[in-house]
Amino acid sequence: MTAPAFTLKSAQFRREREEAWRELEMLLLRVEKGGLRSLTAGELNRLPVLYRGAASSLSVATAISLDKNLLDYLTALVGRAYICVYGAKRRPEEAVIEFFRHDFPAVVRRYFGFVALSFALMALGVVAGYRMTKADPERYYSFVGDSQAQGRTPAASTKELREVLYSGGRGELSVFASFLFTHNSNIGMLCFALGFAAGVPVIFLLLQNGLGLGAMAALYASRGLGGEFWAWILPHGVTELGAICLCGAAGMVLGTSLVFPGRQTRLRNLALHGREVARLAVGAVVMFLVAGAIEGFFRQLVQDVGVRWSLAAVTLAFWAWYFLAVGREQPREARP
Amino acid sequence: MSAIAIGKDRIHRVPTPEGISLPFAVAAVGDRAAAFLFDLLIIIAGTVAVWLLALLGSRVGLGSVGFSFALLVGFLLWNFYFVHFEISGGGATFGKRKMGVRVISRDGGPLTAEAVFARNLMRNLEFYLPVSALLVPEALVPESPGWGRLLALGWLGVFALMPFFNQDRLRCGDLVAGTLVVKAPEAVLLSDLSDRATVRPARRPQPTGVTGPPPPPPPSEEFPFTREQLDIYGVHELQVLEDLLRRDDQGVLDLRVLEDVCEKIKAKIGWPADRWQVPVRPFLQAFYRAQRAALEQRMLFGQRRERKKG
Repeated sequence: MTAPAFTLKSAQFRREREEAWRELEMLLLRVEKGGLRSLTAGELNRLPVLYRGAASSLSVATAISLDKNLLDYLTALVGRAYICVYGAKRRPEEAVIEFFRHDFPAVVRRYFGFVALSFALMALGVVAGYRMTKADPERYYSFVGDSQAQGRTPAASTKELREVLYSGGRGELSVFASFLFTHNSNIGMLCFALGFAAGVPVIFLLLQNGLGLGAMAALYASRGLGGEFWAWILPHGVTELGAICLCGAAGMVLGTSLVFPGRQTRLRNLALHGREVARLAVGAVVMFLVAGAIEGFFRQLVQDVGVRWSLAAVTLAFWAWYFLAVGREQPREARP
Repeated sequence: MSAIAIGKDRIHRVPTPEGISLPFAVAAVGDRAAAFLFDLLIIIAGTVAVWLLALLGSRVGLGSVGFSFALLVGFLLWNFYFVHFEISGGGATFGKRKMGVRVISRDGGPLTAEAVFARNLMRNLEFYLPVSALLVPEALVPESPGWGRLLALGWLGVFALMPFFNQDRLRCGDLVAGTLVVKAPEAVLLSDLSDRATVRPARRPQPTGVTGPPPPPPPSEEFPFTREQLDIYGVHELQVLEDLLRRDDQGVLDLRVLEDVCEKIKAKIGWPADRWQVPVRPFLQAFYRAQRAALEQRMLFGQRRERKKG
């Protein structure tokens, strides 16, 4: 069997590089099966090198070769390598640390206007709910649904209302805490998603939340339990209401970027902001976790009003410090 | 970002940071739906399993710890199953892997964790909320009117059908996150037809002498093609011929097709009548080689001819 008298340039080109392509293909097969973890450190370093090599091979091959199978193969190979190299860049642990040390507080500051706006909306709801219920206790029923009230209505006696504030649950605390956490987180994440509908449902949800809270505060205040009510709500409420504000802000950013795309195309603008504010929603989920733990354990176990007030103050100070001071320095440049 | 349609698949070109534009085939809606159903089954099975365990645990005296565990695991499964596997699995959950589709970033940059979060948070709006409104409307709105379900059905329809209304098959979550679901590219490198002596694929055994001598192709002196003869066909025809030869290699092509093509080529290029009878495979391989050499030569000088003349 004799070799052809002369070889095409493109065939020569292929002979010289084929080995590297095969090596890349082998690595990709393993990554696609078992993830990046299945590679050794040396192979992990080799992957981007081989990827760039294959990418330049593709550029050259498009210019000099007409072998369709080769072009298809290289295109697919580079595509696969691209997905691996640019798919999951950082290890999850690093991403989580970076998120809490920098990304989350930074994104809260960037969208501070929206966070303030959603806080204002909720505060407006609270004030309105409080004043309207104070003027006419019957309105309580239209602000607080049956399932939410759980017997805490103007019809209940002062003694019953007080009992709710100081009833320490027994035994079921962990279930209660995890229920609160999952329930609130789901609502928070829904708030983000609803932003897609131009943000209108988000505004509605924020107002409604505030109205319910205000109405309940008015009910307790009318029985002289106002201070104790807030001492009951705020230890976890600071965190929880803060998280709700963040989710509301995320939803409103989404709605705004859809309605007012500015200089970008609507689609591009949405994608640009969507990724950013997804961080708000994720951070809020963690805040809900904290709030759920406080509400489910601490509030049920600690009855003293003074301690409750101090915990509320501590959480407020903590979040204020966290969002205003943490992560001001430039992030470590992690992009390749 | 540009996109062209080739054949059935829509091709979306992604500019990579290296400055090349990589074509990806946009995943079919059916494949994505199947992948989602598969993942949903895993999630549902997982949820049922933890609740059964919790029930079992409470029977043997573990008390309520099991239930809070089940609540948390269920929450994690429903909200972070997709997020976790799309981040750690290179843009693919089990279902996506099974159906051969992947998530990538539409602008060519890395697929970030935020983007994955954003696209999956939208599932709340797209699927979970309308489905729960459909199944238990009372849980959302206490005094749900009868048409509430109809509304939920319409809602579900709008979002579920969203991928049909745009060419890149983006669902809501993809819009918000700037992502795209593509077919996982795959292709096998076959031997170079012009370079048979170096790499040879496994051929089916063939009685020699019946259909002509086996490759390697005889030196091109045996079939001397002139410049004019190689000046007729273009890239498209060359690649059609390549496809035929490769299919013949794999033994999935009727020899008569090859003979037919051979006759047509001879007629088109004006093959001399006195040497009209040629062995089919060697002739076609030699022609492929010569034709490719000629076209690649032209390409180096910046002339790419896509189609044959006339």
